[in-house]
Amino acid sequence: MDSGRGTGRTLYDKLVDAHVVRDLDGLCEEVLLYVDRSVLNEYTSPQAFTRLRAANRSVWRPRATLGVVDHVNSTAADRGALMPDDAGQTQTDYFARNSADFGIEMFDVLHPMQGIEHVVMPEMGLVQPGMVIAAGDSHTTTYGAFGALGFGIGTSDIEHYLATQTLVYRRLKNMRVRVDGRLGFGVVSKDIIMALIREIGASGATGYAIEFAGEAISALSVEARMTICNMAVECGARGALIAPDDKVFAAIEGKPRAPYGVLWDQAIAYWRTLRSDEGAHFDREVVLDASEIEPMVTWGTSPDQAAPISATIPSSAGQADTARALAYMDLKSGAALTDIAIQRAFIGSCTNARIEDLRQAAAVLRGRRVAVGVRAMVAPGSSAVRRQAEAEGLDQVFITAGFEWRQSGCSMCLAMNDDVLAPGERCASSTNRNFEGRQGAGGRTHLMSPAMVAAAAVMGRLTDVRKFSEGV
Amino acid sequence: MSFEPFIVRKGLAAALPAANVDTDVIMPKQFLKGIDRVGLDRGLFHGLRYDSAGASVSDFVFNDPRWRAPRFLVVGPNFGCGSSREHAVWGLMQAGVSALIGTSFAGIFFDNCARNGLLAICAAPEQVKAILACAADGPISMTIDLQAQTIVTRDVRAHFDIEPSRKQALMSGLDAVGVTLEHCDAIAAFEAQHFAQHPWIKP
Repeated sequence: MDSGRGTGRTLYDKLVDAHVVRDLDGLCEEVLLYVDRSVLNEYTSPQAFTRLRAANRSVWRPRATLGVVDHVNSTAADRGALMPDDAGQTQTDYFARNSADFGIEMFDVLHPMQGIEHVVMPEMGLVQPGMVIAAGDSHTTTYGAFGALGFGIGTSDIEHYLATQTLVYRRLKNMRVRVDGRLGFGVVSKDIIMALIREIGASGATGYAIEFAGEAISALSVEARMTICNMAVECGARGALIAPDDKVFAAIEGKPRAPYGVLWDQAIAYWRTLRSDEGAHFDREVVLDASEIEPMVTWGTSPDQAAPISATIPSSAGQADTARALAYMDLKSGAALTDIAIQRAFIGSCTNARIEDLRQAAAVLRGRRVAVGVRAMVAPGSSAVRRQAEAEGLDQVFITAGFEWRQSGCSMCLAMNDDVLAPGERCASSTNRNFEGRQGAGGRTHLMSPAMVAAAAVMGRLTDVRKFSEGV
Repeated sequence: MSFEPFIVRKGLAAALPAANVDTDVIMPKQFLKGIDRVGLDRGLFHGLRYDSAGASVSDFVFNDPRWRAPRFLVVGPNFGCGSSREHAVWGLMQAGVSALIGTSFAGIFFDNCARNGLLAICAAPEQVKAILACAADGPISMTIDLQAQTIVTRDVRAHFDIEPSRKQALMSGLDAVGVTLEHCDAIAAFEAQHFAQHPWIKP
């Protein structure tokens, strides 16, 4: 169904148009949107199933959905089938029952493909260009790296999706973020997205879908693109897209649930059409120069409170939110970011725990040791990532350097399991949110790339990874 | 019907003007371990209501005896950012909050509000400023008329905009799944055509 936005359509508008079941407002701005896939987790899905049961409704297309246990499980190396606490056990038990009763495939904690939902879905080949994928987790925007429209939904919408395979959806505005030029030595995709969030603010893309384009984006691997799309929600974007290219097709080919044979050829032919038209209208455009981006870290309690590692902490004069953030973080305006000492280092999360992330961190750690007084952990994004890292010997690099080599899961990104910061502990973290208490009540989080976390772990303080000759 | 329709409501409004109040703050992680929706009012703003020793923080709005349970909250920009957890909305409603007034809300949170019957009003910055100014000294009595799209206090009378479909949904309180299932033939027809055009997509 046509958006009525003229002949030059954006990739976002094409994806929405291709999934309109019904126009609900006569303007095609609010539509009944068909959803191709979803992934469920144990903590945002239970109340949706309870309501389905109460209303005696069934799941429209169970095979379109995968369930993955990832938020509440242990990441201990010797973990078993049981959750660390009774409440988590209740959630996973109910999740297993719901999946079985409604015919949904589920990867429990001991399944060989278990991992963080947004790492597992692409590994399975379940994320493909042109798809609409909605899931009960805000970082569903990750799938934009494949040219799929992914967005987070709440539990009521999960219920709506399960029962109808659709959502009542309001079309977003289009924003293009062009990243021109090339990244400098030691600068990675995490730094691009952190620089963007700092530039436009934590709500700078609210109401928009962002399409990322430009030389620096094209040059990135698909995994690096996933980091960017993943964190686009931290500036408010409810969708992030990168036009799919040969790198994306290669990343899907041969995956367990990817099309093959004749269907693969048909799919590729369609996927090659998925890009914004020449002259397509964007409501807002932001241009970044990749060569000017430095390794980034956050100093505050919102992802937009970030700065290049070479900077100092900004003044809070007249800035109530800055003053509040600095008080929580126990930091002073004017201090150098590289003077901030840490007690914890964490590599993990759906943002940065894929194999490339682990390789980059390991490159910094090879032949080095974690500083005395720092507890460092790595929780691979999935069991498959963990196996791959072990096959490459990365686990030994982490262990020799003094990192804990853990099992996969969301872990200390949001600390719903037993991986938590103690009050006052300061952590260099490859995750996506530095909110108050996010990694544990009173805990203090500094966001950065995995290689920057490794560098901070070695030095015991926030550090410019470019000082390490290996680069990334 | 899936929630109580919102027509006209009256009550005390309290101010929570900080920017970027995220859903981790609204409903901390330790309250997300249930499989039902009960008891979330206890978790609401838990880290702001209680200090690390568990004592009540007296100057936080939800602890101030003048409000006790504010019906409306006037909030800062980008309220509800972060995690998709709908528990944040359930907790607000269980604590008696019926409407939020702010300049901007994060997308998933905004939708979660509408799906549950919590009215989130995107007001103009000067309107929010004016309401905050009268709420600064203490509780203010407020009437929100969704039909007329007005916010009225002793000192402020403001009109607000809302998408017609959202207004209708809030005023009707209808079960959204039930409404959509009336289109089940259209969904089935769409699927057939979608899978014919893109056969590799069929799961």
